[in-house]
Formats: sequence, structure tokens, C-alpha cells
Amino acid sequence: MDLFDMKMPDQLIVWGNPLINGAWISIILVTLGIVFVLTKYKKWRWLWDEWLTTVDHKKIGIMYIVSALLMLFRGGVDALLMRIQLALPNLEFLDAQHYNEIFTTHGTVMIIFMAMPFLIGLMNVAVPLQIGARDVAFPTLNAISFWLFFAGALLFNLSFVIGGSPDAGWTNYVPLAGEELTPGIGINYYLWGLQISGIGTLATGINFLVTILKMRAPGMTLMRMPMFTWSTLITSVIIVFAFPVLTVALALLTFDRLLGAHFFTIDGGGMPMMWANLFWIWGHPEVYIVILPAFGIFSEVISTFARKRLFGYSAMVVSIVAISALSFLVWVHHFFTMGNGPWINSVFSITTMAIAIPTGVKVFNWLFTMYKGRIEFTTPMLWSLAFIPNFIIGGVTGVMLASAPADYQYHNSYFLISHFHYVLIGGTVFGCLAGLYYWWPKMFGFKINERISKWAFWVFVIGFNMTFIPMYLVGLKGMPRRIYTYREGLGWTGLNFIETVGTFVMGAGFVLLVWAIIYSIRHAKRDYESDPWNGRTLEWAIASPPPHYNFARVPRITGQDPLWRAKKKGETIFEEKTPLKPIHMPNHTGIPAVMAGFWFVAGFGFVFEWIPVGLAGILGVLLCMMWRSLTDYHDHHEVPVTELRDAAAEEIKNAGGRSARGVVNDG
Amino acid sequence: MEPFLKGRWKWLTVVGMLMFFLTGCSSNIKAGVLNPQGPVAQKQYDLIMWSIILMSVILVVVFTLFVVILIKYRARPENEGYEPPDQEGNRLLEVVWTMIPVIIVIALAVPTVTTTFDLEKSPSPDKEPITIEAESAQWKWIFKYPVQGIETVNYVKIPANVPVRFQLESHDAMNSFWVPELGGQEYTMAKMPMYLWLEADKPGTYLGRGANFTGRDFAKMEFTVEAEKPSDFDDWVKQVKETAPAQSKEEFEKLLEPGTVGRMTFSSYPEDEKKDSSDHGHGHGSSKEHHESNSH
Repeated sequence: MDLFDMKMPDQLIVWGNPLINGAWISIILVTLGIVFVLTKYKKWRWLWDEWLTTVDHKKIGIMYIVSALLMLFRGGVDALLMRIQLALPNLEFLDAQHYNEIFTTHGTVMIIFMAMPFLIGLMNVAVPLQIGARDVAFPTLNAISFWLFFAGALLFNLSFVIGGSPDAGWTNYVPLAGEELTPGIGINYYLWGLQISGIGTLATGINFLVTILKMRAPGMTLMRMPMFTWSTLITSVIIVFAFPVLTVALALLTFDRLLGAHFFTIDGGGMPMMWANLFWIWGHPEVYIVILPAFGIFSEVISTFARKRLFGYSAMVVSIVAISALSFLVWVHHFFTMGNGPWINSVFSITTMAIAIPTGVKVFNWLFTMYKGRIEFTTPMLWSLAFIPNFIIGGVTGVMLASAPADYQYHNSYFLISHFHYVLIGGTVFGCLAGLYYWWPKMFGFKINERISKWAFWVFVIGFNMTFIPMYLVGLKGMPRRIYTYREGLGWTGLNFIETVGTFVMGAGFVLLVWAIIYSIRHAKRDYESDPWNGRTLEWAIASPPPHYNFARVPRITGQDPLWRAKKKGETIFEEKTPLKPIHMPNHTGIPAVMAGFWFVAGFGFVFEWIPVGLAGILGVLLCMMWRSLTDYHDHHEVPVTELRDAAAEEIKNAGGRSARGVVNDG
Repeated sequence: MEPFLKGRWKWLTVVGMLMFFLTGCSSNIKAGVLNPQGPVAQKQYDLIMWSIILMSVILVVVFTLFVVILIKYRARPENEGYEPPDQEGNRLLEVVWTMIPVIIVIALAVPTVTTTFDLEKSPSPDKEPITIEAESAQWKWIFKYPVQGIETVNYVKIPANVPVRFQLESHDAMNSFWVPELGGQEYTMAKMPMYLWLEADKPGTYLGRGANFTGRDFAKMEFTVEAEKPSDFDDWVKQVKETAPAQSKEEFEKLLEPGTVGRMTFSSYPEDEKKDSSDHGHGHGSSKEHHESNSH
């Protein structure tokens, strides 16, 4: 191949389809609108100083969550378009190619660019606060993780207006996704978008692993950690083991497509089924990467609003660890029908079913956390409660799918589609929303309006069940996934129509949710309460929003649920007699955003197979790394004691215990 | 909180009615997977029904606990000052609800394993089977009868009450051969032949389709499986041999080009497309040797 052959794809700027034209127009308008607002209100400086260069884990968390909500919108619009196309037989709303691109991007966006960043955002917001740390272990790396995710997401999302989207499904199975059967650049977008954001995720895993192991406050032993921190720790371990597999698989397929290698081709000694193995050796643990943190959130929320400590804490911990171990031992169940032989299928059936055991233990422990409690139906609690029945429906159908011979009948059908939407929406999305509502007042100092939010909740949950219960049935009637249309007379029409209506109801729920947030931003009373939910863990012991250094004094932990103990038993978390000391904090830095910009250039170049552009981007990345390593001795500052006094007083008021001269908050 | 609770009951009624509506809608649910028409589909159906029974037990237990606990321990104005007890856990209870899923998993795992091994074998070992090669290409299904020497496209005739050993392969993307009413699916993969046993109990037409996404016209990869009385089947073969055109190598290669076609029938197919009939022995196992020897 000629290194400097900058060939143009057939259609660089995608134009012609009214939907995509509309997307172009809205992209241009929104961009102009943002530029206009930032310029008019002179906010460019603010944007750069406060957000783009920040290394503060809370702000990084907020940026993750905002991006994830945008991606939820994008993936949701994809879903609506698909459901319109399938509402009735033989519709021509989307053509086959467009439909194939949309289901591919829907899946990829929702898993990689919505679910994971949403949860990582919540981890960023809450975990350092829960363990009494002042930041994560590697704050700059944390910013790099975010910006790599952002660059990957941006690259991936550009595909539908520049050059064309990937169209081989989010699983991107070869040989279909190989150069021979799918030439063009769509699949390259998939490979590079995932590769760049995946490197960021791997760094996040390392970062939180080290943070939780090394940066806990004195007395915060492992078995005193809040359950969300525990689930983050285990998730980080899974990330560290699983993501390198994705990185390698993507790299090998990139070699195939870009350089003509034969790892996964049909001819030339390639092995297509190796892709399925590598993909799911990453992909199944990935499912637990997006569900375990949600489990952690539910544990926090249920315990808080049942006003009772988490039932069976140590069993909960053991369950998460067991699930994480099993998550690496079940990947073959994604292709029982690939001729693995009866022994292999039997073993993987049993390991898969075994996951039901620790998961069942967790469900019963959540139920018994509420037993003899005093359950308050706040919005975060509603999302957590809805999780239990909906997730159970997803869970039991998961056990059914685990039975290999039965799976021959469910595989690739809408039964499977419904199963994983029940666990991923009923588990992950409900968890994200519960976490968003729960920690929102900590992030911003006010609650999201409860009345509108409860409407949003009910509308969304009803729409969700309306969409996905019929999917189980239509799957059993033989409807396979990923077909862009179907004919009459198969008995699928009525069920599909209900699904489409349900999707719009869910969409209305999402609109209400956004409205609740906008309404609250404009009207909610800023009460800046430290502890608006009567919480149990450390994040509620400091101001809302917390100062950038989090804790003026390093807390001392005496047991599980430290704030609850401080409130109920008068135990001291913040010792007033301890003198305040200046705090060493990392400086803001532009390197992460600039470096991600170079990654974006590299990705864009390699997507179009413009090797010189790709290499220039990589060179930029390397220069950023060098720059960083030459300057990292000057990357911190000290927060003087005079700045700490207000925050310290707030801490003493909330959790100073009996020693704080009777300023005990009796709860 | 109180008016909201009222609202909740209202919504529950709505959901209940919806469910009723849904079940009403699906009165003809006995189609596809839940309408087994052969011994393979029947075995899978039995396993599915057994798993549904087991899972229903879990659903009933959890839903009941959930509703009872939510109603009984919800915050009310009367229990305003109630201070929940500080329970760490309960070893006995936790052992109980670890054992419940263990028992259920065992109850499902045993028939799962036995059925997995059963499905490897002919569903009716005492009967003489026939072999048909089912090949997927973008975007059509090609069926070759190695003994009879004939070929059909997008439909396949089989004798009823005779076990059929479908040998599955793909010419390009990986598809999946699925005839829900006769039995579950198996992938078709390039250069990696696998087999799938199916059998129809009685004459009839059963809908089959490609289940694994293969690109543009994947949605149109439907075919019919037409089971006939063995004597009718033999007559049909004879008729095809006499009346249908032969297929040249060029015609076959043209057929493999991406696109859709209607039903086709050929009295023969090109010689070098005939596999040597020696059995690969472990079709379900993805014969690696075969794969390598083929790629030279």
C-alpha cells in the first residue's frame, strides 16, 4: 500500500437522507448556538479554566455524566427510529443500510458511550468522598481518561454525518466486519472510537483500583467501605483484566482492515471465530462492569431510604467478588450455537447459571434491608425499588438463556433482546438514574424536583415494560434480531406495534426527566444542605458542593456507615483538636484535553486510512506525554489554612461528634 | 406522600390492564418455539417449559416478599418516630436464600446437560437418516442433497418422520440456520462445517430463516422446510431429476454473488462443489484440521 495515498471515501460528507440532513442542520445550529452563548457571556475563559483543564474528580464526574446523558439521548433517538421502522410490516421509513447502521450505533453508544461513562461519572463524584480521600490517586490520568472517552465518543458519533456509520452490529462479528464483506470506513470508526475510549477506561480501572486500595482515610478498612466503593473496586479489577483483551482484539482487526493482515479473515489462515471469543472474553465481563456499580448504588440508596444498615454486608461483598470471578468464566454462552461440542456447552451452561446464586443472595439482602425499615419513596428510592422486580425478570430469563439446548431456540431472537434490555435498563439505567438523583444535591447543592421526577419515573417504567414484555413473546414466535423489516402474516404485527408505542412512552419519560432537571436548575431552592437525605456515609458529612480538596481535615473512621454512627452514637469523624494543615493539591492542566485532541486526529486519520494524518496525531500524543513528564514536578499547589476554616467548621458541625461541644446533629 | 400513593395504585391498575391486553393479543402464541413439530423442538420445548416453571417459583417468591415488605414497612405519618433496628444480617436466613438458587440451578442444570448431549445424536437413531447440506450465502439459502444429487434454493423438502442431518456451512458471512418449529439453530460458518439434527413429526410446511445478521438483505433470508410423506418425497426427487435444469459451475458462482433470488430447483450441481462424503465425525466440534486443510 502507498503510505501517502490519501484516498477519499465514496461519500465523505453524508448527505441526501432527510434524517441525516436534519442531523447535519441540528449539529451546525447547536454548535453555533454554543459558540454564540459562550462568546456573548464571555464564558470561554471560564470553560477552559473551570472545566476543560480541571483535574478535580467531582468536575470530571459531572462532565462524564453530562456526556452520558447526551449519549443516552442519541442512543434513544436511534431506538425510536428503529421502533418506527418496525411498528408495522413492510415499512420503508428506513432502508436496510440505514437501519443496520442505526442498530449498530444504538448498541455501541449505549454500552460504551452511555452506560460506562455514566457509572464512571458517578464513581468519580462519590468514591473519593466515600473513602475520605482528597482526590483520586492519579488526578491528571483521570482527566486523560475522561478526554479519551470524549474523543472516542466524538469520533464514533461523527460517523453518521462524515463517511458513514459502522453497520455490522455492536458485536462487529467477522467475517462480516472484515474488509472483504464490508469495505469502506464505517467499521474503522467502530475500531478507533472504541480503541481510544477503551484506553481511557483501562486507565480509569487502574486509577480507581489504586485510589481505593491506597487512599482510604484512617480507620476505613476494606470491610468498612460503603458498598458502592466495594462495587467500584471490583469493577476496576474487572476492567483491568478485561479491557486489554478488547484493546488487542480491536488492534488485530485494525491490522486486518488497514494493513491487510489475516487474523480474522476466511482465507489466508484467518480464524473468524477467534473474534467472537476475544470479543466476549471482554464483552461478558463488560456486562458486569456496567451492572456491579449499579448494584452498589442500589445498596447505598436502599439502605439510606429504608433507614437501616445494609443487611448481610459481608455476604454482599462475597457475592460481588463471586460474580466478578464468574464473569470471566461464562463468555461461551454468547455462542452456544457455534459448534462447541456438548462438554463445553454443558460447562458454560452451568457456570452461567451459577451467577444466579450470588445475584439471588444480593436480591434477598436488599429485600431484607427494607424489612423492618421505614421506607421513604423518594425518587432515587423509586428507581432502586423498580430495579428489583424488573431486574428479576431480566435475571430469570437470563437463567433460561443459560440452558444451552433451550438457547438454540432463543439465540439471536427478540427473546434475547428483551432479556438484556431488562438487565441493562432495569439494572444499569435505573441504577444510573438512582445515583444521579441521589448524588445530585451533593454535586450541586439542591435536589431535582420530586414531583416532576416521579411522573418521569412512572412514565418511563411503564413504557419500558410495554416495550420489552412483548419482545419476549415475539422472540418466542421466531422473530430474529437485526431485521430491518418483516412481512405480514407471521403474527408479529400486534406485538411490534405495542413495542413501538412503549418506546415512545419511554421517550416521554426521558423528556420529563430532562424537564425535571431543567426546571430544578432554574427554580429549585439552593439550600446547599450537606446531608439532604439523612445519609449514612462520608460524602454527606461535608459541604454540598464539596470544596475542591473535599476534606479540610482527614476523617477518622470507626465503623461502617460512619456518618450514621456520628449522628446516632455521637462518634467523632473530624477531630476539632487536630490542627488544620495546608493541603497539597494538583494543578489544573490542559495536557489531557490537548492529548485527547491529538488522539482524535490520529483516530480520524486512521479511520479514513490516511496514514500520514494518523501518524501525525500519534506524534502529537507522544509529544504531550513528553511535555507532561518534563513538567510534572511543578504540577501542584498548596491550599492555605485560611481557606480551610469554613469547610472545617461545616465538618465539625456535621460529624464532629460529642467532642464538638454539643454541636451534635441528632438527626 | 399520600396523594402520590393513591396515584400509584391507579397506575398499577393501568399496568394490570395492559398486561391483560397483552396476553389477549397473543392468543396465537402457539407458533414458532412454543409450537414444536418434531422431536428436537419437543425436547427443547420441554426444557423451556421446565425452566419457566422453576423461574415462576422465583418470581412469585420475590414479588410477594417485595410487595409485602413495601406495604408493611413504608413510611407513614403514624410511624414518624420509628427507629429501624440495627440488624447486621442473619446467618440462617442467608444460608437459606443461598440454598434456594443452588437447588433451582441444579434442577435446571441436570436436564440441560442431558438434553445437550441428546441433541448431538439423531433424534430417532433407529431410523435411517438423510443428509442435506444447508449453505448460507449473501442473501439466500442453498440446499444440496449429496445422495440424490439435486439442489434447491430458498426451500428444502424433507421426508417427514425421518431424521435429517443438516450439514451447515457458509460461503461468506456467518449466518444461523433456524427452523423454530422443528428445533433450535446452529451457526453456518465459512470453512467450518457443523451439523444439526432435525426431524418433522408429520408432513407440513415450516418457516425457517437465517437468524444471525449478515448484512443488507439479511431480513429477506427466509426459507420453507416442506416435510412430505417419504413416498411423496421420493417422487419429488425423481421428478426434479427428470424435469429441473442442471446447474453449471458458472451458474453456481453467479448464485453466490450478493443479492436475493426466489425459489430455485436444480437436477444437479457442479461436481467440485460436492463434498467428499466422508463424515467429519464431530460436526458439532468445529473441526480445526478440516479448516486448515481447506485453507491451502
